[in-house]
Amino acid sequence: MSKRQVLSGLVAAMLSGAAGFWLLTAPAVWHMLRAQTAVATVSAPRLENGQTLFWAGGCASCHATPDQDDRLRLGGGRALPTPFGTFRVPNLSSDKQDGIGAWSEQAFIRAMREGVSPDGRHYYPAFPFTSYALMGDQDLVDLLAFLKTLPAVSGRIADHDLAFPFSFRRGLGLWKWLNLGSGPYQTQTGQSESWNRGAYLVNGPGHCAECHSPRDFMGGIRTSLRLSGGPDPEGGAGYIPNLTSHDSGLAKWTAEDIAEFLKSGFTPDFDSAGGSMASVIKNMGYLGDADRMGIATYLKSLPPLASNKPAKKAP
Amino acid sequence: MTKITLKQTAVMLLAAGVLALPLLSSSASAQNDPIATRKAVMKSVGGAMRDPGQMMRGQAPFDLAKVKASLETFVETSGKMSALYPKGSETGGETTASPKIWEAKADFDARLVKFGADAKEALASITDEASFKANFPKVGQNCGSCHEIYRVEKK
Repeated sequence: MSKRQVLSGLVAAMLSGAAGFWLLTAPAVWHMLRAQTAVATVSAPRLENGQTLFWAGGCASCHATPDQDDRLRLGGGRALPTPFGTFRVPNLSSDKQDGIGAWSEQAFIRAMREGVSPDGRHYYPAFPFTSYALMGDQDLVDLLAFLKTLPAVSGRIADHDLAFPFSFRRGLGLWKWLNLGSGPYQTQTGQSESWNRGAYLVNGPGHCAECHSPRDFMGGIRTSLRLSGGPDPEGGAGYIPNLTSHDSGLAKWTAEDIAEFLKSGFTPDFDSAGGSMASVIKNMGYLGDADRMGIATYLKSLPPLASNKPAKKAP
Repeated sequence: MTKITLKQTAVMLLAAGVLALPLLSSSASAQNDPIATRKAVMKSVGGAMRDPGQMMRGQAPFDLAKVKASLETFVETSGKMSALYPKGSETGGETTASPKIWEAKADFDARLVKFGADAKEALASITDEASFKANFPKVGQNCGSCHEIYRVEKK
């Protein structure tokens, strides 16, 4: 082969590689091949359900304007330090310019289930759409309706501060093929209503696995160790506890203990939750006893997985 | 009256000094190991939560004396706490105290004062089971609201 043939062969390979990459990472392609289209007839929005899902989803914990007490003021701006860089939480208020006030139901469903913005760009999974992907159309419509009743806050938040290669947003298209399911949640017929509700809340809006699981080098959840605890994904030095029924997890807790903890923040030993979990407890306080017990029932049913906690160094 | 000899005086002073040593060393050890001391104090706060907590959950019968004892523990410990977070004790042991404590010490201290004040108020206002159910939750809420900001995950 001549040098020229080799060169043109290489260029062709590179071009087709680039085209292939472009195709594979295109939000529209993922949507065509994987997205679940409307699964149920959507009726008029139910604001009360939307409010429950707002608290179950923990939206305020990230999106509320920091350093003030009104958790319904969703101006964004909180900085999330992670091993990939610092994420800045956007404005989720009903503001039509700077928030989601002008979003259609379809845009919101796509954002929550596919992690794609209204202008067709991938979201970073610091926004846990990998969990919200379990939410059904009706629930998402209800949630959007509730969000739009909250006060408008003006002000766009600055973009994230990420190191290369994480700053290459398009690359998330590849990540999604490995880490994003096509949802929504499917009721398991062999299980009780309470269990199913718990499974939905934990894996869907509650997005518990996002903190309580170990992750691989790409930042995806290690599926075989899901919910068995892991290092703090917000980059802190601490370890997030194991929620499976292992001794290093919730083996010694009853379902009532778990439900009580979610309500009051007190463990069976009357230790009091701290850090991000304290914020979660505030959210869980808005769910009823039945929902908290559903979560507890589901968690108690998880087969035991040992936590991955690194052994303590000798003092 | 018998005159006390010099020898007797010396012995008495020595004895007093020896007896005083544990007092000195305990405050010295608090200075030397504030982390261990404050962990013990916090644990005692959690321990004091047990009786009223179980009463709130209906797991134990109401007992006014136990409630008051717990509230008194809260008043006492909240008064001691601020001094157990001196500069330099951010690290040096296994601690779940967030660095934010030292960035916002005034706010941290104010929350401890509020905890003590809420407990004192409850001591005055709780006289029976009904007033307990009405007035105790406010005291318990101090735990979570401080921990949310100033406590981090265990390693």
